[in-house]
Formats: sequence, structure tokens, C-alpha cells
Amino acid sequence: MNAQVLKPEEYFIREEPYYQPVGDEIAIFEAAYAQRLPVLLKGPTGCGKTRFMEHMAWRLGKPLITVSCHDDLTASDLVGRFLVRGGETVWVDGPLTRAVRAGAICYLDEVVEARKDTTVVIHPLADDRRVLPIEKLGEMVEAGPDFCLAISYNPGYQSVLKDLKQSTRQRFVALEFDYPEPELEARIVQRETGIDPELAARLVKFAGMTRNLKGSGLEEGASTRLLVHAARLITSGVAPVAACRAAIAEALTDDPEMLAAVNELSSSLF
Amino acid sequence: MPAAALTPAEITARLDRCLDVEFTFLRTEEPAAIIGGLPPEQQRYILDWVERVAATNVQLAYRFITRAIAALDRLDREVVEAWALHAMDTYDQKGLHAALAVIEDVEAFVHLVHARTAGVVLADSLGVLTHFAHGLAGRPLELAEGESPWTDTETIFLPPLLARLPRREDNFLLYKALVARLWAQTRFGTFRHPLSQAAAASGEPAAFLARFHVLESLRLAGCIRRELPGLARDMERLRRALGEPPLPADWQALAAELGRPGTGVERVLELAARPLAPPPPGFLDGTLDVAAVEACMQARVERERAQLRTVLRDVAEELTRGDDRAPADLRFGTRREPDPGQPDGERITLTLDAEPVPVPEVVHRLTTSIVQDLGEIPDDYLVPAGDGEYDPSLLQDQEPDPDDVWKGTYHEEGAFLYDEWDHRRQHYRKNWCAVREKDVPPVHDDFAERTLARYSGFIKHLRKTFEAMRDEDRVLRRQVHGDEVDIDALVEALADARDGREMSDRLFTRVHRSERNIAVCFMVDMSGSTQGWINDAERESLLLLAETLETLGDRYAIYGFSGMARKKCEIFRIKTFDEPYSDEVRARISGITPQDYTRMGFAIRHLTRVLGEVEARTRILVAISDGKPDDYDRYYRGEYGIEDTRRALVEARRAGIHPYCITIDREARDYLPHMYGPAAFTVIDNVRQLPLKVSDIYRRLTT
Ligand SMILES: Nc1ncnc2c1ncn2[C@@H]1O[C@H](COP(=O)(O)OP(=O)(O)O)[C@@H](O)[C@H]1O
Ligand SMILES: [Mg+2]
Repeated sequence: MNAQVLKPEEYFIREEPYYQPVGDEIAIFEAAYAQRLPVLLKGPTGCGKTRFMEHMAWRLGKPLITVSCHDDLTASDLVGRFLVRGGETVWVDGPLTRAVRAGAICYLDEVVEARKDTTVVIHPLADDRRVLPIEKLGEMVEAGPDFCLAISYNPGYQSVLKDLKQSTRQRFVALEFDYPEPELEARIVQRETGIDPELAARLVKFAGMTRNLKGSGLEEGASTRLLVHAARLITSGVAPVAACRAAIAEALTDDPEMLAAVNELSSSLF
Repeated sequence: MPAAALTPAEITARLDRCLDVEFTFLRTEEPAAIIGGLPPEQQRYILDWVERVAATNVQLAYRFITRAIAALDRLDREVVEAWALHAMDTYDQKGLHAALAVIEDVEAFVHLVHARTAGVVLADSLGVLTHFAHGLAGRPLELAEGESPWTDTETIFLPPLLARLPRREDNFLLYKALVARLWAQTRFGTFRHPLSQAAAASGEPAAFLARFHVLESLRLAGCIRRELPGLARDMERLRRALGEPPLPADWQALAAELGRPGTGVERVLELAARPLAPPPPGFLDGTLDVAAVEACMQARVERERAQLRTVLRDVAEELTRGDDRAPADLRFGTRREPDPGQPDGERITLTLDAEPVPVPEVVHRLTTSIVQDLGEIPDDYLVPAGDGEYDPSLLQDQEPDPDDVWKGTYHEEGAFLYDEWDHRRQHYRKNWCAVREKDVPPVHDDFAERTLARYSGFIKHLRKTFEAMRDEDRVLRRQVHGDEVDIDALVEALADARDGREMSDRLFTRVHRSERNIAVCFMVDMSGSTQGWINDAERESLLLLAETLETLGDRYAIYGFSGMARKKCEIFRIKTFDEPYSDEVRARISGITPQDYTRMGFAIRHLTRVLGEVEARTRILVAISDGKPDDYDRYYRGEYGIEDTRRALVEARRAGIHPYCITIDREARDYLPHMYGPAAFTVIDNVRQLPLKVSDIYRRLTT
């Protein structure tokens, strides 16, 4: 499948996306943006990176183009390709090119998942040249002051194949994301779902238990995203233990023993 | 057609054979006569099982005959079979005497079966309970079997079977409650003050400890009610189901006081010094072994102090790199912040010059454990260690040395236990092989250089062949979407359009990458029988393989295997999956030396597990051996070893692994197809060909 081609001008975010700052990430991002430096968001899945980008785009008043990278995503999916229309070939910009031309923020989510050839187009954009080479057109598109490139990366993957190369990572200002402290995380879950504060705190405690299991049976603990999911189920009437099972445990593992253990943990809490 | 009854002579002959009467002088006339009186189908059934038991022990089988016939009158065959297998397992674990006791007492076994249908066996729940324990906050606790429930603060000991309540679910809950209850001792500071001293000071240590145990249980019940309210409800119900009386009225107030948030163990120590008459502890309170706890804590406290100071030195070195401060100049400190999630209501974080410092995970683990034991991080823990201040052995978590196995202190800690298939029993022997991973001592000599020079032409050829197999880009034509316009397709389509026909939309070319997503594990025979040519050929083959696999980019690991009886099964790490190919790996290949015997089953099982942990679309296990399973336990030689190896290969296959065997057997025995049947295999009859062939085999296997 090709990446969907989106019109960046439609991607203004009009309402403030709720984002709970955890450290000085907002100030650093703003400084990097002002200095035209690309930004790398490091951190496990579901800890607020996407939400942060939406929030920053709103703050800076720029359109946001997000591309979720997957293992079939090629450089052409980002840059653009020829299409045939009415018997003629027409060039159509890809999302990255559109973002450069429109002066938007382009967010490449989980960039290591993409094919290796994509780094070739990212590199010249990410250093002080700030240009996008479009080989098939023989063009170089120069980025204006508004354009910003941000990528995300989860260093928790154990596979060597999913490591971000030094030559790539050294071009970016890095912001580290992690699960927020318990009180903050409970506040986020509550804000997002309107769940009872006591239950939000218990959900966060449960998340902590699954995070204790990281590396001894689980690849990852429950993310904030999964807590939000479980809280949503609870607010629509599902019992907490069942919600934890459906929204969290089953999302974390297929191993029957681990599933049983995680359920024992949640039934101890609620 | 029903089978005909066996003649008395036939029965006697079968019994004589399996019971070895020539040597054992067991008398078979009487049992043969009894069997003779049974219906034909039952005759065969009994004889079959007598033979299976006899494969384990002849005496056991002999007693089994008469007991089994009597038991069959009353019991289902399944129960009788379970009983026979239980007797054989008992023999494996505890010897003939205990096994005979099982055979003699069918009733006890039947009782056990009932216990088991409602009861829960620890061994079956260990996986779930261990994960459960690891999920609880603080220092992770391990679980092990023990006579009564207690903890030494690192391991929770639990009885092997719980059948106190009529329902299975509730017996499982008892285990879970015990785990949480004993975890609470370590988490909420039960042992923060030296108990043996307080007990001695009281002048009546035993009575003091009895009071302490009951009072402390009340305090911990309060902690569990706050921390794990769901479980606290279950525990209340379990107490009632166990028939334990409610707390006496005069103790209710004490329970309420001790259960309040913020109550520390200090208050319990105070109360325990008073002449109170405590009610008996409940089952879920477990038992206390103060001496064991204090020994365990003392060792840990010392070790963790050394570990923390040593890691802090590394952290200090890291932080001062590139500036003019010396690591010793850095002043670490701690900061306390309120945190209702922590047992003491605050969390302690490490600071540097009063600012929080990012620390590696291991520091976090250590400080958590230290705070758990001491309630704080004492100042002297925060001074980075000097060079060589600590003996490195102190810095390691106390893991028994695999080599101690044979130094009179046999232990199974740190070993992987695997079942082994006993073909005569038609059943697994449980946890039969104790497997350990060891390192091959690297030998830095000119082996690699010599071999690479010798095969340089061949390696060039290999590289070329394997390069062609790398992730290839293939251009797909006539695609609906793609990177480039497919000119031929476009021309046709335009022509079609001009002629009024429908225009195809398949006008693009697209580059398709076929990514090899393969993980392969090589399992190399390091038995004594490989001494000489075979060993040389193996080492050369591995070197060439590694060179070519590097070209190819597949993930690979190399392990050697050898064993000396079932308790010394060894897996030698030569290259693990995570490790890059390096001089060190080459030196280890050079260092491969023949060891003991060729027990193959455990190696296949262990590497199946290793492969299972690697993320890959295709997983391959390639065994290279000289073809003859064999061990010092003589029974492994011959059919037993062949059947066990075959079985292990079947298991690997079921686990989604593709096993492949390369065997060097000059005599090309006829058992090979049977043994390697579940895998594909190749026989190489000239050892010297091995290095030239292995890569080729691998190429065929993966294209
Ligand atoms: N700091 C935060 N502020 C607000 N919401 C958050 C925050 N962190 C996580 N979330 C919640 O978690 C969900 C998943 O976060 P997301 O940004 O999609 O994660 P990521 O992009 O890191 O995988 C969000 O939809 C939001 O509900
Ligand atoms: Mg995301």
C-alpha cells in the first residue's frame, strides 16, 4: 500500500490537544524549532510522543503531517511518485515533500520500521543543508524556516535490526520520553477518560506491576495508552479486572502463564 | 478377531526376559499363573506395563505385577497407569525404597490422586506464581519448594502441594495469598531491625518471636489491605474457609492499631516485649526462620554496598569524562520526596550536588533493594569505590559455579532442567537432565588465519554465491502502484485507449525487496569421539560458515554440546545471537576441544528454547555430530539415545523450528533415517569434506 497523500493545509490543529508536560520538553522543542534543528523523540510506545507532537503543532500554529512508518514504507512513499492520469504521467508529492513545500511539521513515527533507503532522503533534510533531493524530478527542494522534521524511535526493542544508526541519530536533538511519574500518569488517565481518581491511581499501580515484569517474561509493560484504554472500558461499565484483561493483559502477551499471572495481579488490586 | 490367550509358557518367557531372571533369580511361576487366568486382552495389557516398569527397575516391576492385577479390579486403567508412572518417577527421584513404598500402597496413591484433583501442585503453578511475585513491587523474589511457607527475603518457600480446601481455585488462591503475604514481609520492613537481638534482649526469645510473628502479621494485613485490596478480600474469605477462628475480642483493638497506615515494625517490636498471650498464627501467616533471614540479609547488605559503590564509580567516571573533575570529587547524596506509593510514604532518589542524576537501571535496582532493607541509603554507601577496593567475586550476585557440580556439592541452581524421553517407559523422565551453559575458553592462535588462507579461493567462491542470496531487490512490472512508470505497459494502455478499449491501470513498476528473516543456530558435537579429524573439520567448517553468514547477514549463533551423565549436560557458548562475529569468536572456535559424551536430546531441547527467544520468521537448528548418541549413563547408548534424540527433534519441529542434521558417520548406520526422520539430514562420509559441504547445505536449506 502506498502512504496516503494528505493535504498539509488541512492539518492545522485548531483545538488545544491536552498534553501533560513531564519535564522541559516543550521548551526544548520550541528552542530546537526556532533554531531549525530536527528533533528525535525517544521512548517506549504509548507514552505520549504523538500527543506531544500534536500539542506542539498547535502551539506553533503549524500544520502537522504524521507518517506511521512500517516495514514496507519506501523513500518514494515519502517523497512522491508519478501517477498516470488521463493518459499522462503526473508527479505527485509525497507527504514529506508536501511538508517541506508547505512549511509544515513532518513527524515520522517509528522511523526504524521503514526501509533503509528512507534514511537517504532524511539525512540531507536533517543537517544544515535542509534540502530534500527528489531524484526522479532532478530537483532539490529547499526547506523554509517553518519546516520541521521530527522522528520517533523506541530504543526498547531488543532486535539489533531495529536500532537507529549513529549517522542518523547524531543529526537530531533528542528528547527522552518515558512513562510519567505515578501521580502525573494517574492525572493523565483521569483527564483523558473522566475515570474516578481512586481507580486511576490503581490502574497506574497495575501498570507499575506489569513494568516490573519487563525483561522477566514481558517485552514491555503497560503503556499510558493502554491505561487510557482500560479506563475507557471501565467508565463505560466494564468491571476493572475484566477491563485490565481485555485492554492491557491481552495486548501485552499471548503466553497463557503470563496472562494468568497478570490477571492475578489485577484481581489483587481491585 | 480377538487376540488369542497367551500360553503359560509364553507368559513365563516374557516375564523371564524382562525381569532378567537369569541374573535376578526372581520366581515367575506364580505371577505367570495369575496372569494366565486373565482374559487375553488384559494379559497383554499387564505384560506391557510390567515391561515398561521393568525398564526402570526389575524389583519394582516384580512387585508391580500382583499389586496391579488386584488394583485393576477396583480402579480405572488410567489410575493404574498414573500410579505406575508415579512409582517410576519416584524411583528416578528418590530411589528404589521410596518407589517400592508407592507400589505397596495403592491406597495412598489413590488418596493423592484425589488430593490432586482438588489440590494444586506447586510445580504446575510455579510459572504463574513466579510472574506474579515478580510483578509485585520492590526486590524480585524467587519461588522454591519447602516444607512450610516462609521466606529468607530472597526466595519464598512454599509447600509442594496444597489441598486444604475442597476447590482447586481456592487452593491456588492459598498459594497466591502466601506469596503476597511473604512478599509483604520483605516489602514492608519486617526484618529492618535485627530480630534475634531483640528476642535475646527480651529474655524469653521463643515467646518473644511467637508474639512478634502474630503481631507483625496484623500489621502486614493492614499493608496488604491498602496495597492489594482485592487480594485482602480473598484472604479474609480463605481464613474463614480454612476454619480459623476470628481474632479474640481483646486483640481486635490491637489489630486496628497495627493495621493503620504509617505503623512501622518498631511498634510491633515494642508490643512483642509485653507479656501478651497471642492467638495461634494463621496458615496464611507462614512461619519465621530468623536465623536464615539474618544470614541472607547480611550477605546481601554487604554485597549490595560493594555493588552500589562500584557502579557509582562507573557513573562518576562517565560524568567527569571530558572535564577536569576527578571521579572522586563527585558528591552523591539522596533526596526524599513524598510518594504515597512507597511503603515508607516517600521515595529516595540519588542526587549529585543536590540535583537528581540519571542513573542506569542497575543503580535503581540496587537502591530499591537497599532502601527496602535499611529504610535509607547510608552515607558511606554513596562514596564511589576506590580502584580494586572490592574483590570482584563479591560484586557478582551469588550464583553457584557450574563447575562446583562435581566438587561434592551438587546443586541444580542455575541449571535448566529438561525432561528426557524413555522409550521403554513410553513416557518422559521428568526434569531428568540438568543443563548448564558454559563458555569455551578462547584460544588465540593462528588457527583462523591458517584456515582462511588455506580456503581463501573457496571463501571467495562462497562469498560470491552467498552475496547473490542477500536481500534482493526485484522489479515487479505492471503494478497498480509503483515507483516508476512501466513504459511497455503504458504504451499498450494508450494504444488500447485509442482503440476504444478499457485502459489498464497496471502501469507501474515497483521494487520488491524480499527480506531474509532467518535465525539459525548451529549445534556442534563436542564429545570425546570427535577427537582428531572430526574436531578439526568442525572447527574449520564453523569458521567458513561464520565468514559466509556474515556476507549473508542472517542472524546466527553457535553452541557446542557434550555431557557426562544426566546431571552434567553442558552447552558451550561459542557465539550467541546478540554477539557480533569477532576475533574473540574466532578464538573460541579455535578453542573448541572434545569433552565427554554425546547426549543429544538435551542439547536439541535447550537450543530449541534459545531459538524460541529470537525474533525471526524462520528459525533453523543445524546439528553437526558424528552420529552416535552415547553417554556415560550406559542406558543412553543405543536405542534409548536414538529414541530420545528423535523425540527431541519432534519437539523442536512442533515448536516451529526447522531442525536439520549433518552427520559424519563413516559407517552410515541404518538407524540414521529413523533417528533423524523428524529432521532433514545429510550424511557426510568423508570428514575432510565437511568444511566444503556445510555452507552448501546451508545455502540449499535457505533458498
Ligand atoms: N503526557 C501526556 N499527556 C496527555 N496524554 C498522554 C500523555 N502521555 C500519554 N498520554 C495518553 O496516552 C495515549 C498514547 O500516547 P501517544 O502519544 O499515542 O503515544 P506514542 O506516540 O508515544 O506511542 C494518548 O492518546 C494519551 O491519551
Ligand atoms: Mg504513536
